[in-house]
Amino acid sequence: MKIIASFCLLFLSGLFVSAFGQDKALEESIKRGSEIYQDFCITCHMVNGEGVAGSFPPLAKSDFLMKNREKSIRAIKYGMQGEIIVNGNTYNRIMANLGLLESEVADVMNYITNSWGNTNDKIVTEAEVLEIKK
Amino acid sequence: MKKLLFIIPLVIITISACAQQTESSVKVEEPQAVNYTTELVVPDISIAWGLAFLPDGSMLITEKSGDLIHFKNGTKTIISGAPDVYVRGQGGFLDVKLHPDYENNGWIYFTYASSEGEGTGGNTALMRAKLSGNTLTNQEVLYKAGPNTTRGQHFGSRIAFDNDGYLYFSAGERGDRDTNPQDITRDNGKIYRLYDDGRIPEDNPFYNTPNAKKAIYSYGHRNPQGLVKHPVTGEIWEHEHGPQGGDEINIIKKGKNYGWPVISYGINYDGTSFTDITEKEGMEQPLFYWVPSIAPSGLAIVSSDKYPDWKGNVLAGSLKFAYLERLVLENNKVVKREKLFEGIGRLRNVVQAPDGYIYIAAEGKGIYKIIPN
Repeated sequence: MKIIASFCLLFLSGLFVSAFGQDKALEESIKRGSEIYQDFCITCHMVNGEGVAGSFPPLAKSDFLMKNREKSIRAIKYGMQGEIIVNGNTYNRIMANLGLLESEVADVMNYITNSWGNTNDKIVTEAEVLEIKK
Repeated sequence: MKKLLFIIPLVIITISACAQQTESSVKVEEPQAVNYTTELVVPDISIAWGLAFLPDGSMLITEKSGDLIHFKNGTKTIISGAPDVYVRGQGGFLDVKLHPDYENNGWIYFTYASSEGEGTGGNTALMRAKLSGNTLTNQEVLYKAGPNTTRGQHFGSRIAFDNDGYLYFSAGERGDRDTNPQDITRDNGKIYRLYDDGRIPEDNPFYNTPNAKKAIYSYGHRNPQGLVKHPVTGEIWEHEHGPQGGDEINIIKKGKNYGWPVISYGINYDGTSFTDITEKEGMEQPLFYWVPSIAPSGLAIVSSDKYPDWKGNVLAGSLKFAYLERLVLENNKVVKREKLFEGIGRLRNVVQAPDGYIYIAAEGKGIYKIIPN
């Protein structure tokens, strides 16, 4: 019985540590992502991710961003062109290739999907970004 | 009522935390009647940053992502031997300009973000080269700003020649406003003046100042993406991006300090301010400032006879609002502003060609020619 109990305890603490580790990794990635955002994104998507009506789509509470994880990563990694619909509004502008490293794409994704009312429990990793092709 | 009492101080705090801005003295208007229309002449170019016209009427186009395109008789050809471009953030292949005596000497000038030299990342460089068939030859790097940095912002850059054959080009402050623009011993946040072969003129303003970058002609700039010789006065006119509000038009004068970031009509993107003052002795006032920002790129002053309604007007592309802004001036004061071709796309460049026609570059679209109806 004691053995079972200690196994349980070990299992639970293992779960706790890995969950905590993921939280910490996410937290640090978000912090780095915030700096990337200030540097590369803020001029168009603005300080609270609200975008500019008619010109640059919002990221805050954006259905496009939150429902299209892969497309969003691809857009940040390679740039984007063509018509998209965000929260019911149509945008048709070009976003240039930003020249970010894969790790920076992951960081900024973690930042924008966890800011201004957005939440995303599943951390975007460098490996995931690497997998996404043009 | 209790709720209201609670809200009032909140409102006051919110208002006072956001810096107050004075809007532009002249507001932009819808045009009354435009006697000109646009025709897409070079389609399918993502970001046509720079544009120059060869004597045969064909175009040289710099594509931000690194291609040099020769557009002739409806066909695009990629020119080999173009500079190695550092593509990150606002950096990439930037401006292209022909030597005023191109027909005799064949020199073509380019600015671009380059990772050559000290430090990781990149910074603005100036190269000249000649075009031979579909290849650039005789490439010479005439200037490379340093050190490199991985910041994504503010490379500039535009190139202009004055009537005496001096070359001017701009480099933005590379996202380091508190270090670069006010320090003449550092590159960035500067307009430079060189001889056409890259030598530094002995009468440059800081030529004899110890440790100064001798190529500097003026300083205290943020991110100039418009630079052109005034067709009548021969002066070098410039515009530059402010932060949130505070884009400026300036006439560039030798050794002058244009104030960034000590004085500015702009505020931070988060609404807080970084300076309380908009003027200071020893610092130049802009000829005009934009609040709110239009994010200007590309600058032309109309001198051609093709556009009698616009003669002498200043044209600036708006990246932010995707229109061409026309500014009417009287005695170097802006008296009227108009938005033209609204919705055409983020306007990256405006050029008056040797044939007198004006061409504009819209991101994601290509190059349009403006033709009288």
